[in-house]
Amino acid sequence: MDCVATGGNVKVLAKAIHSLSRIGEELYLEPLEDGLALRSVNSSRSAFACFLLSPLFFQRYQAPSDQSFRCKMPIKSVQAVFKSLASLDRSVEKCRIQLNSEKNRLTITLHCKHGLLKTHNLSYQECEGLQAVFDKESCANVLQAQPRLMVDTVLHFPPSLEEVNLSVSSDRVWLRNHVEDDADSSRAMMTELCLSSEEFDHFAVGSQTSVTFCLKELRGLLVFAESSGLPVSLYFDEPGSPVILSVTDSVLEANFVLATLSEDSHPKNHVNTKHPDTEQPPDDFMSDDMDSFLIAMETSELPVPSHVPTSPPRPTSNRKHSFSEEEEEEALAEGPPNKKFCSLFFGSVLPTPSQLPNQTMQSQEVLASDSEDENQTETS
Amino acid sequence: MKFRAKIIDVGCLNHFTRVVNTVSRLTKACVLRLTCDHLYFVLSGRVASGGVSMWCELSQGNFFDEFQLEGVSADANEIFLEVAPENLSRALKTAQNAKSVKIKLTKKSCPCLTLAAELPSLSSVSRVVTHDIPVDVIPRRLWHDFREPQMPDFDVSIYLPPLKTMKSVVDRMKNLSNYLVLEANLNGEMNLKIDTDLVSVTTHFKELGNPPWGDDGSQSSSPAHRDPDLMAEARVEIRKLQQFLTGQQVNPSRAMCNIVDRRILHLIFLHEDVSLQYFIPAVV
Repeated sequence: MDCVATGGNVKVLAKAIHSLSRIGEELYLEPLEDGLALRSVNSSRSAFACFLLSPLFFQRYQAPSDQSFRCKMPIKSVQAVFKSLASLDRSVEKCRIQLNSEKNRLTITLHCKHGLLKTHNLSYQECEGLQAVFDKESCANVLQAQPRLMVDTVLHFPPSLEEVNLSVSSDRVWLRNHVEDDADSSRAMMTELCLSSEEFDHFAVGSQTSVTFCLKELRGLLVFAESSGLPVSLYFDEPGSPVILSVTDSVLEANFVLATLSEDSHPKNHVNTKHPDTEQPPDDFMSDDMDSFLIAMETSELPVPSHVPTSPPRPTSNRKHSFSEEEEEEALAEGPPNKKFCSLFFGSVLPTPSQLPNQTMQSQEVLASDSEDENQTETS
Repeated sequence: MKFRAKIIDVGCLNHFTRVVNTVSRLTKACVLRLTCDHLYFVLSGRVASGGVSMWCELSQGNFFDEFQLEGVSADANEIFLEVAPENLSRALKTAQNAKSVKIKLTKKSCPCLTLAAELPSLSSVSRVVTHDIPVDVIPRRLWHDFREPQMPDFDVSIYLPPLKTMKSVVDRMKNLSNYLVLEANLNGEMNLKIDTDLVSVTTHFKELGNPPWGDDGSQSSSPAHRDPDLMAEARVEIRKLQQFLTGQQVNPSRAMCNIVDRRILHLIFLHEDVSLQYFIPAVV
């Protein structure tokens, strides 16, 4: 394998790697005929990201002759190669990635100004491929916006916020922080941002939907999109199906796939959800009923009134949802108690005709493969 | 009980945000008292807050274009809410370029202060961001805990040195000791002292000036009877003084402190439309 990226694309490559580092700890690398695939997944398998850099992205692109080379390595080691974006800009003229299969090293050479060469030899582990099953084209809802819009939206939520809920109607989009249904939740500050569909470059909503996913893992993509200036597309379906964020240009395609909460009731939030299809009520200042609240308080001895939870506590098993029924749900549901997102489905069924050709189907990833690859069947 | 208010002017919004930010740096929880003319952020001196107390008073007319209040009852036309100022700060933070900000008291699953900001957008329809900040309504029978603090019978009152200078001195002293003595006299002289086993450091300030308290200064012994060179002192935890000085986002038009010898350090910061008082108890 031998790829060379030059000029500004070195920085794009670096940014892609930094984005992936927000997802998982390992970088999966697979040179394909279609281009170099860089992927990452988080430990609970609820977030997956893939950057596909087409051969045109590179000045020179040569995939390995045996076509089935796949490896992974700690992402921190790769990040160290591309540590300072500013210095990459200033001094690196080209970046060469070569596979040294005799020594089992991936060699990344940075050709810098003044004839300086920085060579990094990274050890890797050969592994099974990593590919989440998803199909953007079949999603009922598609939004596309300039990255600035997405970044400005996310700004209203604290950096530590884990989960966010996205709801759409025929002409509005709401983003709310998602709060868990426990004793503390009613004391949490709730934030909601409402956008008009007009702010989006593309707005196709099949039906009113509401999905909840992890915001933190998404921020990596937003940073990449903002620096690249490329519009971000959002594909999603009903709760439980993953939400896919995608940034594309002629030489690059990035997909971030995030699992969503499977819910059987509306997410708990403070906002009146009765309004979606009509215009936002200009002012609902008069709809408070503090008086009745206060009267109740004065007659009792309790300094703080107790509140009634709006929905009964749900059993945790409802929150686990797998794409295919035949999978062992129990295995997925036995995750640590605070992981509520379903694991993304990672293969084990034959591809449907709607699968894009470059999504190679792999069986479930084996962490430490001690057998040869030829026993695994592949369909493409 | 109803409360609704609206800010339209960007300058007022920024100023209000700075006040809230200052309060949020001083305490994690405080009481917001709303009356027809004023807003107060109150922290009453309790063991939990280390004995410091705070009284921050804003004249609502200087900030809000609309302000409507219906208090607990006709003869007690006020509302007392316990709130985490940090939440308010966070809500205001991203609304700094809003066309308008509305604040109202609402009831969601618990009583909330709802802040709704109308933001500029790329389309004809504004973006609206709404924050629901949970609050606790304080019943009338507890209101006496949050009364305006009496001006103490101070021994010395003096203007403070420039905030920046004082802060940098206190910051450095904090590295050397946990306690600091602030002493001042009616001759406009102030010293900040620390004294440990290893080192003593004193910073002297001169010609600071003493505020002219008149007959309404609630002084039993008039300043004239006091030897102008005699220092009144208060030994306080540096951390508390530093916290107060660090929190200030705007230079006050007037900054002074009153010292009750060995009892209390009373700091008063006055801006055009906001006054902030902070009481730090002296330790032995």
